[in-house]
Amino acid sequence: MKGSEIVIVGAGPAGVRAAQTLVAYGLQPCLIDESLRGGGQIYRRQPGNFKRSAKALYGFEASKAQAVHGTLDRLRADIDYRPETLVWNAEEQTLDTLCNGVAGQVPYQHLIVATGATDRILPVPGWTLPGVYSLGAAQIALKFQGCAIGERVVFAGSGPLLYLVAYQYAKAGAKVVAVLDSSPLAAQTRALPALLGQPATLAKGMYYRGWLTAHGIPVHQGVQLNGIQGQQRVRSVEWLAGEQRKTLDCDAVAFAHALRSETQLADLLGCEFSWSALNRAWLPSRDDSGRSSVKGVYLAGDGAGIMGADAAEMAGELAALTLLGDTGHPIDQARSARLQQKLDGIARFRHGLETAFPFPEDWAAKAPDAMTVCRCEEVSAGDIRQTVAQGHWDVNRVKAMCRVGMGRCQGRMCGLAAAEIVAHASGRDIASVGRLRGQAPIKPLPFGVEAEQ
Amino acid sequence: MSLPIEVDALVIGGGIVGASAALFLARTGKRVALLERDFFGSHSSGVNYGGVRRQGRPLSQLPLSQRAHAIWGDLHNLIGIDGEYLRSGHLKLARSDKDMAALVAYEQASRGFGLDLQLLDRGQLRARFPWAGDVAVGASLCADDGHANPRIVSPAFAFAAGRAGAQVSEQAHVTEVAHDGNAFSVTTASGQRFRSPWLLNCAGAWAAQLAEQFGEPVPMRSGHPAMLVTEPLPLFMDVSTGVEGGGIYARQVARGNCVLGGGQGFPVDPTRARPGQAAILEILRNAVELYPALAGAQAIRTWSGTEGYLPDREPVLGESSTQPGLLHGFGFAGSGFQIGPAAGEALAQIVCSGSPQIALDAFSIKRFHAVSQPTLQPMHSATAVPTGTDNVIPLLRGRSQP
Repeated sequence: MKGSEIVIVGAGPAGVRAAQTLVAYGLQPCLIDESLRGGGQIYRRQPGNFKRSAKALYGFEASKAQAVHGTLDRLRADIDYRPETLVWNAEEQTLDTLCNGVAGQVPYQHLIVATGATDRILPVPGWTLPGVYSLGAAQIALKFQGCAIGERVVFAGSGPLLYLVAYQYAKAGAKVVAVLDSSPLAAQTRALPALLGQPATLAKGMYYRGWLTAHGIPVHQGVQLNGIQGQQRVRSVEWLAGEQRKTLDCDAVAFAHALRSETQLADLLGCEFSWSALNRAWLPSRDDSGRSSVKGVYLAGDGAGIMGADAAEMAGELAALTLLGDTGHPIDQARSARLQQKLDGIARFRHGLETAFPFPEDWAAKAPDAMTVCRCEEVSAGDIRQTVAQGHWDVNRVKAMCRVGMGRCQGRMCGLAAAEIVAHASGRDIASVGRLRGQAPIKPLPFGVEAEQ
Repeated sequence: MSLPIEVDALVIGGGIVGASAALFLARTGKRVALLERDFFGSHSSGVNYGGVRRQGRPLSQLPLSQRAHAIWGDLHNLIGIDGEYLRSGHLKLARSDKDMAALVAYEQASRGFGLDLQLLDRGQLRARFPWAGDVAVGASLCADDGHANPRIVSPAFAFAAGRAGAQVSEQAHVTEVAHDGNAFSVTTASGQRFRSPWLLNCAGAWAAQLAEQFGEPVPMRSGHPAMLVTEPLPLFMDVSTGVEGGGIYARQVARGNCVLGGGQGFPVDPTRARPGQAAILEILRNAVELYPALAGAQAIRTWSGTEGYLPDREPVLGESSTQPGLLHGFGFAGSGFQIGPAAGEALAQIVCSGSPQIALDAFSIKRFHAVSQPTLQPMHSATAVPTGTDNVIPLLRGRSQP
């Protein structure tokens, strides 16, 4: 096989380990990545002229981050590495790319999709004010650019990232006004048995939580971020502890409810999707070895279900081994089996996390009519409910009627929240309202684009 | 099994033609059912460019198109919404003297139909539409043509039909059609049964199957126009535009987004289509010379649909020649949005009074009887033109804008 016959999209933990595995078997894959220097979101690297230590940037994960970065650096000579390259479409075994304003095409025979994840956003009133960020974006500002989103920051939502980013901000010197966790402590206690399967990960989570408390940072559990106030930018937040209404002054808010998979490429590739109750999302189906429903297309990492960075590394290697096996290479079957076993263990932990940080099922019911859900097209919860009241229940149909998810982000930001409102307003199960169909371009394309020579 | 639902007319296909036929029938008090396999307008009528244009149509369509123009003028009364319909004008640009000569010839030929075309030379074009690119040497303006939002207009015809008393159903896949000598019996996948003396075949790109069942096959193919939309931009384009000789067409909506089309897409499966990558890139590369204000703008979304095309680019509209009670209204070759309501009205008139008020002879299915082949291309696998780097050239040179 020639190198160009295998393409990996995404140079995060999954994509890098997949590339490494293929190189170890003598192949030269093409590794396409949107970012400047690889590492994915979690191990995103700072620009070359920034000199902060890995320990400062990645904390407990420094050695893992450095290992992934080191691997990518060593691989560069052996692979066709294309950073700063967006894959915006796929058609007939060819990826359409955009790099520095030049449109190109990359043909493939085999493809490993490792497109990662972004934050799952459940809007609150005021979330479109300047100064409001997703948790992931707040972390990227710190990791990549070395800047904080504000001087007095409130962290809200749920999920492991909530405590991690709050911890990282406090460590970096920002004032963390409070952490508002929508999950009750009882849920985390209930989740302990499942979480104990990954004691190191559990210990880190408890460490962040404990560190915040020890440093006098208020951590409130089982509370709801109820709204964000301000004129030109964030001035304060309102939150609810039971029936009690409280406010906190701040100049920035970072919020999210865990992560969502980036699935548009898998969709454009024609992969079958199935409902994942665990992720509360439609996800591209993959078998235990990483195969999608489309021959020659493999799925690895958080892009096909949120499992975290450690699992992504394993899934990347596993998908590459599966690909190798499928193409007649004698592979280490025991290694594949071991990876699958480890991934199963992490999956159990993942179930525990979902118990610890449960999805706020009453979010849709509580979302006020006036609240903006789709910020690109300025569509409110009330607009969506009105559309549902006219008899529409399929999310693509609701999109066609009221523009929700039709704007610049193509529903990547608002799509899941819109689906929650459609399901609630139509009295349907969340799985039965469908999923927004992927449409090229995955991210916006400029007019005047040049064609590759 | 329950008794079949008796209606006076049954319409298969909830695009703009079928929905407006159902609407006009319901308004005259007929019992009518409208069955749509997917969602109203989801394949062509609701996903097209949104041009509401008479200019550029073949002369054969102009009487019907003029009637449609009057219907559009009363849109709000008819369907209860304005549908973002704007009589902005339709400006057809010429990029060469030869193309300008074609616009002049069309202006002359179409006189007497009421289009009131205005020919603009380079200076007049610059003065009135300064945003047009230097590549344009002149243009023809039809001031009362315009554009609308097909996503909301086409389904609104079906909803209006429902309010007028029609039984309208989405997700109603017709699985069986038969005629017992007295009436049609129609069964859907969910087991609903209908009996009707009239059957209107308005199934768009899927209509040939029913025609063939009744012994009149037509050589229809599917086409998939490539469409894209930009992020909202400052308002600059105050008319809907097209280009003589084909190519890119564009309009700007009140929100500021520019909608552009040009070239072809491809089918993903029997019911869905996507724009071809080459067509998208062609638009992104070439639109700026026609519309310099698009320089630096970003395209945020692309889409396509599935439309029926007959070899002569004319629709099949009117009575079946083999089966009394069967009416056809399909094959609008990507240009059915504007004319659709008048086509639906004409079909309703046949049901109500036996004949349409505007002659439909040019659109008779009989024209294919001599030439049609017994074996047809399967609808879902046929693309009108192969994808390729030159596929921005549309199907219909000179009158391609929907």
